Amino acid sequence: MSETTSPLEDLEHDALTELVNIGVSRAAANLRKMVGDQVLLSVPSVEVVGRQDAAALIRQRESEQLVAVRQDFEGAFSGRALLIFPEANSLALVRAVTGDAMDGADAAEMEQEALAETGNVVLNGCLATMANLLQRPLNLSLPQVIRGTGQTLFELEGGDGHTGVVLFLYINFAVSGRDIRGYIAMLMDLPSLENLQLLIREFIERVMGPDGEHGR
Amino acid sequence: MATTVLIVDDSKLARIVVGKAVAALQPTWLRIEAGNADEALALLRDQGADVAIVDFNMPGRNGLELAREIRGQHPDMPIALATANVQDEVIAGARAVGATFVSKPVNEDSLRGFLSGAGLKLRGAGA
Repeated sequence: MSETTSPLEDLEHDALTELVNIGVSRAAANLRKMVGDQVLLSVPSVEVVGRQDAAALIRQRESEQLVAVRQDFEGAFSGRALLIFPEANSLALVRAVTGDAMDGADAAEMEQEALAETGNVVLNGCLATMANLLQRPLNLSLPQVIRGTGQTLFELEGGDGHTGVVLFLYINFAVSGRDIRGYIAMLMDLPSLENLQLLIREFIERVMGPDGEHGR
Repeated sequence: MATTVLIVDDSKLARIVVGKAVAALQPTWLRIEAGNADEALALLRDQGADVAIVDFNMPGRNGLELAREIRGQHPDMPIALATANVQDEVIAGARAVGATFVSKPVNEDSLRGFLSGAGLKLRGAGA
């Protein structure tokens, strides 16, 4: 991936990664309640990359068709959150959340609804935790199920399309003992990142206190 | 000799936050820090510690694997596993290695019970 300079300082980047980690860990606990099996997570990756590079990152790993549940969020900072998995996994996920009670045809019928609800629980769990830690409310759009490639999932509307840099966060997840794996991803454009940076600074000050041992 | 607490987290900010909470609750304790499991085990070997507070989701070995390893070498050491990942398996895993589950974000309230218990246990053992 091409190097892009992040406006975030080391400790800010560290703090954002930790915020995402806490958010995603809570979201995983929610998902675990839905699927009944342990949800395994990677350590979050937080990078400032070209928009094209974000799409390429997923495309390189996933040549198949993908399904994603997408929720846009707005407030003090705005962006898009996605729960992404290979389309081939999607019915396994639906069966897991519907308690294995359904046969193939019923599960297929329920697919759209079950995916939207799963995405809603996971993405809400993650974003709400982050919003609480940053002490700013976020409005979340309704979940939308979309299908496509890494390219199409990451196009933000109304932006300058294919140029510019974005803050790109992603975490791999897998469900223990089931053929279910995917990504939780978040995209934010630069103005949002600048707003987020201010909130992260406040957060750092809050948790470290006035006599915080800045740097080393 | 002063009680030493080993703080293990890949996030520097999280280590600072845990360190501050420890300093507030047990001001006389010495704090040492590691950013991953390997560093933590090396520090334990070279400097030793009486108490460990370990993050769960870290690159390389996770906090449960580290806690298991520490437990193998130190059967009586008070160990806390700090995470927001409240899945049954993670909590059960912590219990299985005799580690206390501490929810993230860590603050004085969430660490108080563990640290006072650890302090009592160490005094009881004559440490």
